[in-house]
Order: sequence, then C-alpha cells, then structure tokens
Amino acid sequence: MSESASKGQDYESSLSEATQSVAEFEKREGFVYNLQHRLHTNPALVPLIVLVLSIIVFGLLLGSKFFSPFALTLILQQVQIVGIVAAAQSLVILTAGIDLSVGAIMVMSSVVMGQFTFRYGIPPGLAVICGLAVGTGIGAINGLLVTRMKLPPFIVTLGMWQIVLAANFLYSANETIRSQEISEHAPILQFFGNVIQIGSARLTFGAIFMLILFAVLTYALTQTAWGRHVYAVGDDKEAAELSGMEANKVLVSVYALSGLICAFAGWALIGRIGSVSPTSGQLANIESITAVVIGGISLFGGRGSVLGSLFGALIVGVFTLGLRLLGADAQWTYLLIGVLIIAAVSVDQWIRKVSG
Amino acid sequence: MTVQPIVQGRGIVKRYGHVTAINHSDFDLFPGEVLAVIGDNGAGKSSIVKAICGAVQADEGEIRIEGKPVHFTSPLQAREMGIEIVYQQLALSPALSIADNMFAGRELRKPGIMGSVFRQLDKRAMEKFARDKLTELGLMTVQSINQAVETLSGGQRQGVAVARAAAFARKFIIMDEPTAALGVKESRRVLELIQDVRAKGIPIILISHNMPHVFEVADRVHIHRLGKRHAVVDPAKISMSDAVAIMTGAMEPPPVEEQQLVPKAAA
Repeated sequence: MSESASKGQDYESSLSEATQSVAEFEKREGFVYNLQHRLHTNPALVPLIVLVLSIIVFGLLLGSKFFSPFALTLILQQVQIVGIVAAAQSLVILTAGIDLSVGAIMVMSSVVMGQFTFRYGIPPGLAVICGLAVGTGIGAINGLLVTRMKLPPFIVTLGMWQIVLAANFLYSANETIRSQEISEHAPILQFFGNVIQIGSARLTFGAIFMLILFAVLTYALTQTAWGRHVYAVGDDKEAAELSGMEANKVLVSVYALSGLICAFAGWALIGRIGSVSPTSGQLANIESITAVVIGGISLFGGRGSVLGSLFGALIVGVFTLGLRLLGADAQWTYLLIGVLIIAAVSVDQWIRKVSG
Repeated sequence: MTVQPIVQGRGIVKRYGHVTAINHSDFDLFPGEVLAVIGDNGAGKSSIVKAICGAVQADEGEIRIEGKPVHFTSPLQAREMGIEIVYQQLALSPALSIADNMFAGRELRKPGIMGSVFRQLDKRAMEKFARDKLTELGLMTVQSINQAVETLSGGQRQGVAVARAAAFARKFIIMDEPTAALGVKESRRVLELIQDVRAKGIPIILISHNMPHVFEVADRVHIHRLGKRHAVVDPAKISMSDAVAIMTGAMEPPPVEEQQLVPKAAA
C-alpha cells in the first residue's frame, strides 16, 4: 500500500504527522452543554419538570383545594380523552407526519358503536369491535394514501377529517343516543366511565386505560424493532429504507394504530360524557397537537418521547383546573397554553443544536 | 485454473423510456479483489451496480452470483444473500445510536418469551457486537456505542457505515463514492478500511471519481463508457491519465488480451 500510495499522492505525505484523532469522540464540558445533552437523550424531561413545577405552584397558591387526591385525579379524568388521542397523534408526529383526522375518527367510532347497537340491534360487545375496526380502517386508509399516493400527511388527513366528520353527521342523522338508554341496554359502551374510588381519589377506567396505553407505547417505541423503525422513518425516511427498513409498512402500521387508538378514545368518550353524540370532541385535533408539542415531540419527526405527550396533556389539565379554582378568566388558560407551545418549540430547536 | 466469479453479469440491458442506461454490458467481480468502477457522469456505472444489487431490474441479460442466476427485485433480497451496500449518503438514521444503526432492519431480539412474545430487543448483545466490529476494524475508541450518529464527525459516520457493511457482508460489498464527502485525512481512513475489509477476504466493488484513490486500492479497474464495459485494466500497468483518456473516449482501450478481464491470480 505504501508503494502505491506514493503514486501521485504527495499531498497526503504530511498526514503521518497529523493528529490521529479521527477516531476519538469529542468531549464537550460545561453545565449548559451537559443540560442540553441530557435533554437531547431524555426529551420528556422538560415537560416533566414543567408539570411538577406547575403542580407545586398551584398547590402553594390553592392549598388542599388543589393538592388533594380528589382534585389531582379529577385532572386525570379531564385529560383522559385528550391524553388517549395525543398518544395516537404522538405516533404519527414521530414519523414526521400529522394526523388531523384523529378527532373525527374518534367521534365516528363512538357513533358506530352506538348506532350499531341501537339501530341494528347488534350485541354491544360486537358493536364495540366494529367501532374499533372502523377507526383502524380509516387510519389504514390514511396510511395507504400517504405511502402509495405519496401525498403529504397534512393533506391526506385534512381531507379525511372533513370526509369522516361529514360521514359521521350523515350516518348518525345528527342524533344523540341518550345516556340513560345506554346504561339500560348497553352498559359496556360506558365501560370506561366506571370508577375506582380510593378514599377521595376517583380513578375512571378511562384514565387508567390512558396510563396503561402510554406505558405500552413507551415500551413498544423504546424496546422493540418496530419502535426503532418509527423513529428512523421519522428522522430520515430515505436513509431508513436504504438501511433495510420497510418504511412504508411502518408508516401504514403507525396510521392504522393511530386510528385504533382514536377508536378507543371514542369508546372512552362514551364513558366520559355518558351519551353518544356526533357533535362531541370537536377540539380533539388541536388539543392533541397541543399536548404533543408541549410534550416536546418534534413536529419534524424522529425526536421526542411519547411520555412527553402524557405530561403535555397533564400540564394543560393542571393549568385548566388550577386557573379555574383560582377564579381566573378561562382565557388566561388559553393564553398560557399558547406561551407554553411557543416555549416548547423553542426548547426543541435548542436541543436539536446538539447535533450541530 | 479458472476461478468462479462472485458476480458475473452478461449482456445486461436497462432502458428508461428511450434512454438506454445499460447497453449489453458485462460485469465480473472475483473473490478477494477490490474492483473499481469508473466512468463519466451518465456512463451508467451506478445503473449497472444498481442492477446487480436489485435496486433496479435489468430488462435483458443475466446476472449470476457464485454461478447461480439471480433476479433480485429489491436490495433487501440482495442483503439477505449477504450483499451489503455503502451508499453515498450513508443511509444512517441521525437520531439513532451507532448500535441501532448497525442493526437497522435486522435487530436481535432477546431469547425466550421476552423476545418471541414481547418482541423485546436484545440491546446488550447488539451493543457488544457493534463495539466488537468497530474495534475489529480499528475504527474508533468508542466512548459510547449509544451515542447518536448525528454527534459523530463525517469520517466517523462513514466508518460506521463501512463497519456495518463489513460486519454483515458474506458475499461482497458495494461502495458508492465512499470518499466523495470526506476530507483528506478521513478519506485516508476509509481507504485503509477498504484494505482491512479486503484482508478479511470480502471483495469490494468501489465506485469512485477519485483517480488517486482508485489507483491506490483497486486490483482491477472496470472502465464504463456509454452504458458498456469499455475495458478492464490493471492499475499497475496503466497511468491515471490513460485511464481517464479511455474513460472519456480520447483513447482507444488496449486490446482485449492486454486487459485484465480476470485477476492475475486467477488467470
């Protein structure tokens, strides 16, 4: 090699004296760098800190009125629907997509569960399965349109949002199925409304389901090959494909799973409000995206932890309840949420600089 | 004595509409060698390599790997046969760790129920394997194998991509412009890596525009021109400027008997 290296390569002759540091990792020191690095590896840390701080601040301001098992579990109840939908949204956003149809899928699935039971007399258990299947199916169609037709997720799900919402109103004829009827004839539809009472703490099945869902997704995203692929596809789809991952399969699975989770949210929604109402849950889209963004998941994909979205949803819940108990105008909640969104994205940009 | 080629392509044709990217071209890669493929832009050198690894499907002709005809419809099938590709853009996922990147798409799962039912990754085994492979290639004193690839320098990333290919290749490795984006020092490291990989007995197809690099590491140089194999020369017997002249059509290729259609050792 040395013999052939001399051929026309004198420009490299000084290389032997060069430092041999190609192979070493740069080590940067300093508190700010360490913090940045830590946040980079644990992206859910920021929302967790914000959540704990906000609970402490409201606890100090309001005392036991806020800092009680009852109030804290009430927050869980209030965020359960947004939390479940945010879990679905997180998955899609991790792949550098966005799902604007989450709210519509949720309502459509709950309407299918209700109407199949009461219009066609299908056993409620089977109707629930049909509702879950419809949600999964709509999600899968989103995924196929994104991968096969190569359409941007924003456009696909914007269209699907309108289609599913309109189909929901047409199919249900804008009829609400009353809570009383459901609890009499098909209590399984209100399954997630059941409550476990421990002292003054009230845990609904819906809230428990939300927590289990986040635990399962965290496991799947961090401990399985599928999870690694979700991150890789969101980070750089082409690189993921070239390195041997089946990116389109991963994407379809993510959109379908998002649809399934939204259908579960629809089921939980019946438990939460008691009735099946085609006009409910209209804000789920924007609220889920808010939770995801505050939770530190990057809208550019590939970065963040699904647990962050849970914290994001809880932060919104804490602010909402805390400010209401303080007697503040509800607009203050929205104002502060707006500030948090912008702050969260700024932090994301800063963390990303670690790669620079 | 005749040695069976690892890859043997005969009369390969690939058309894109009215454009003929590969025009009845032949291709041979023999065991243990570094075969450089050079050619002008548009000569079709990436097309022919893509046809070999299944990224595109040839319209005509025959490709044999170790004597057996193959018809890959995707690079994944080539990969299953032990053919690895180092892409120019490296194909690494920036946010994933070195170990995760090395095992992209072929992750190891834990033994027993945790792996089969709960699909849990065996992170420890993958990290150990990745560290061993990097060390084997003398690649880096790794501080953390869990470091995200985006925190590595360009040369280190190239190193990870080459190490991944070397670790999993059983038949041969295709490298597309591995030094194009690198500085002098980092290019040197990659050339050394190529020689390390050859020393392990794994043949390499090297696509490059960089003549000094080609002439340094290649055993034979496949000159591609106008969609065809124009000549195969021995870099020890021809000057760089003559090779470039043949490549650009300024000079006629040497007569076939003076070419290096098979390696010296096999002839």
